[in-house]
Amino acid sequence: MHNEALAPYLLLLGDSALVQGQRLCEWCGRAPAIEEELALMNVGLDLVGQARNWLEYAAELLDDGRDADALAFRRDERAYRNLLLVEQPNGDFAVTMTKQFLYDAWHFAVLQGLVGSNDERIAGIAAKALKEVTYHLRRSSEWVQRLGGGTEESRQRMLAAIPALWRFTVELVAGSDNEVHLAQAGVAADPAAVGAAWLKQVGETFTSVELPLPKAASHFYLDGRKGLHTEHLGLLLAEMQFLPRAYPDATW
Amino acid sequence: MQPGELIAGDRGARAQQSDDLARAWAVLAQVMDPEVPVVSVVDLGIVRDLGWHGGHLHLVVTPTYSGCPATEVIEGDIRQALEQAGFPAPALERRLTPAWSTDWISELGRKRLRAYGIAPPQGSVSKRSLLGEAPQVCCPQCGSAHTELLSQFGSTACKALYRCRECLEPFDYFKCI
Repeated sequence: MHNEALAPYLLLLGDSALVQGQRLCEWCGRAPAIEEELALMNVGLDLVGQARNWLEYAAELLDDGRDADALAFRRDERAYRNLLLVEQPNGDFAVTMTKQFLYDAWHFAVLQGLVGSNDERIAGIAAKALKEVTYHLRRSSEWVQRLGGGTEESRQRMLAAIPALWRFTVELVAGSDNEVHLAQAGVAADPAAVGAAWLKQVGETFTSVELPLPKAASHFYLDGRKGLHTEHLGLLLAEMQFLPRAYPDATW
Repeated sequence: MQPGELIAGDRGARAQQSDDLARAWAVLAQVMDPEVPVVSVVDLGIVRDLGWHGGHLHLVVTPTYSGCPATEVIEGDIRQALEQAGFPAPALERRLTPAWSTDWISELGRKRLRAYGIAPPQGSVSKRSLLGEAPQVCCPQCGSAHTELLSQFGSTACKALYRCRECLEPFDYFKCI
């Protein structure tokens, strides 16, 4: 398999997990209850760990002297390949959990495809991650149901959160040509199968508490897979990368 | 550093002795998980293989969770314990495949978890869908099955938070994974 095709795919997986993990860490010390604080941080920790596994592999394929830390801390936003969804601000708890759920449903479907990858290293990382993400999806889908079917207030917030995030879901149901080719070669998860599984999961969870499922989102001028991001990623990276950029090679 | 070590370039390499592997396993049985200091790395099932290559001990270690911050600490502890027991420069290989499962925790490990106040994983991962029904978790303090889930995630990613409805004690449950 050509490294120049596989590396961007590993960056999509790794960067999405890393940015989602970093966003969750912003809740540290601010969560509504201690149990939620622990859960948000634990999910974030899982994702950062998975990101490291993907970025280590990407760094080996890129073979330009950078390691996983250099990829995480010394790339600018245009070089990031994460989904636009995960870089969106946390907003209130309804936005955070809706974002988590929409991402988890995609992540779960992708990993289910990747455990059968004919690239053994990808299959190994995915098998480990799938066990963790199963718990993530269970938790976030339960929160969508609890908030959507909860009080008048929580339902109103869910009804506001879904349309605010929906246009970014276009990236979850369609992959790039590169991914389609990688999937045909048996390496990547099939984007069409991922999209169908995602829509089924989201539809079932929304329907169970009578949350309306918006119509399919369409492509617009931004594309995380091409490094064309919303303004929010730059701010997130500024905070995440400050220390290693200000004090290169610092250790503690 | 010993004279000649820089020239040899391979610190402490030696031929394997017949009791080396048994001794190494005994050393590893004393290396505890930093988060749960009553369960050894052997009880946890993260040491997958132990052998002798090129004059050194060679270990295969499988991490429990992708993001487990204890992974590096555990590897450092293993290295230190083996060095002190007379196994210079052991080689540690980190292997992800097959992924670690709570099914690999030994019976002794489960007993020690319970005695420490952590409910051990219930049943086998392969027998039940992870998304399926909640497991029947017994209180490690009073043994009651009358317990309730407080949160899917406890003090670390590998645990969930439960509460006993008999003795009212909150406790950690080591999740099936």
